[in-house]
Amino acid sequence: MLYVLQQLGNVTLQRLTKLGRGTFFLLHVLTGISDILRRPGLLVRQLFSVGVLTFLIITLSGLFVGMVLGLQGYYTLSDFGAEESLGVMVATSLVRELGPVVSALLFAGRAGSALTAEIGLMKATEQLSGMEMMAVDPVKRIIAPRFFAGLISMPLLAALFSMIGVLGGQMVGVGLLGVDDGAFWSQMQAKLDFSDDILNGIIKSIVFGFVASWIALFEGYDAVPTSEGVSRATTRTVVNSAFATLGLDFILTALMFGDH
Amino acid sequence: MQFARGKITAIMGPSGTGKTTLLKLIGGQLRPDQGEVVVDGENVHRLRLGDLYNLRKRMGMLFQSGALLTDMSVYDNVAFPLREHTRLTESLIRTLVLMKLQSVGLRGARNLMPNELSGGMARRVALARAIALDPMMTMYDEPFTGQDPISLGVLVKLIKMLNKTLHLTSIVVSHDVQETAAIADYIYLISDGKVVGQGTPEQISRSQSGWVRQFMHGDADGPVHFHYTDDDYLEDLFQADNQ
Repeated sequence: MLYVLQQLGNVTLQRLTKLGRGTFFLLHVLTGISDILRRPGLLVRQLFSVGVLTFLIITLSGLFVGMVLGLQGYYTLSDFGAEESLGVMVATSLVRELGPVVSALLFAGRAGSALTAEIGLMKATEQLSGMEMMAVDPVKRIIAPRFFAGLISMPLLAALFSMIGVLGGQMVGVGLLGVDDGAFWSQMQAKLDFSDDILNGIIKSIVFGFVASWIALFEGYDAVPTSEGVSRATTRTVVNSAFATLGLDFILTALMFGDH
Repeated sequence: MQFARGKITAIMGPSGTGKTTLLKLIGGQLRPDQGEVVVDGENVHRLRLGDLYNLRKRMGMLFQSGALLTDMSVYDNVAFPLREHTRLTESLIRTLVLMKLQSVGLRGARNLMPNELSGGMARRVALARAIALDPMMTMYDEPFTGQDPISLGVLVKLIKMLNKTLHLTSIVVSHDVQETAAIADYIYLISDGKVVGQGTPEQISRSQSGWVRQFMHGDADGPVHFHYTDDDYLEDLFQADNQ
């Protein structure tokens, strides 16, 4: 029993210490904004690597999620004779929830794990130490551009996901299942609210991008500089980003929509 | 320990004795528990971050692995410190980079990527990068480890030549006795974090100290024991039997 308590205490202390290190790391990264404003080329390169190269998975996933939403939504709504509301249902689900959340999970899996592996390997091969000895701050030069690229990319990727998802839902609902095209779009336009739905979705995706990028970069920076250490760090990135995304989604949803 | 300006000082000792740690202390990457490190009149660990970075611009370091930036070509690796710390035009940077690569014999390899280089070539590129800003001091962390005889000879020659031509102060950490003794002006032998011998290569070779003789002659046993544990061997065997 005592041993269990000791282990629990030990693990708790380790987690808290890591959170502290991660917070100092984040503050250091945020000071890198000045370097990025002076040298925007660093950010642009990372926007391509982190954002553009995630396009394909976001687009395909958004398409299939939208198509499934259209299919499942039609069968549910047809029980109540409300098939014409399919467009509203698909758009609201995507913009409020599925767009930000699924995009964040995909971002963590594709871009986040790549960032962790990249930074971890740079640490293992002494590239970060080499930069320090060349009087270049590796956090500002290497990590900050990647962080801000993730922060900027996430809401754009979430918007892309939602947009493609709506088109997927339209393809299935209107094209395959016979929902009226005019009703699909007009009800969506009438019911979807910019501040309640779209803006809240954007806020969620910015928060998820912030947290996913932070976790990915910190796990790489803090990784044990061995192949096993980098492998574990990559796994932790995906798992912790997923937990953080889903947990924050609940909190944000409760705050944003709790009074409805 | 004192490192004379313009000389090559070697730090030698068994593996795991703190040689690389010493270089990291000098470069300010690690903080000492006690004592101080003074470089060119400045206490390294009392400097503010900006001043420490300014000091590091006057230092070059050659890491054991080379530590080349793997997403950049040889040319861009050598140009990196110039682009980061100077406002020179690209054409001037090009001239400087080619001069540095020429001095290490790799001007023709400028467009290769680090993964296309042999180990010896990677070290030479790292050396060119370490002297890109014409530092006052260069630190070499195990520059000869894992090198074939030809690459080794090239590196030895380069370290000696660059030290003389550029009036550098060089600190070489190594456990390659012959090669290091051939170029060093002064040697420190350390073991278990302590200096166990020091002097010119001739003084070291004539030393009667047990530590020094064991290391310089490569004896398997001596003050640095062969066996890791001090437990009695027979007792250990019988304990295992009783279990």
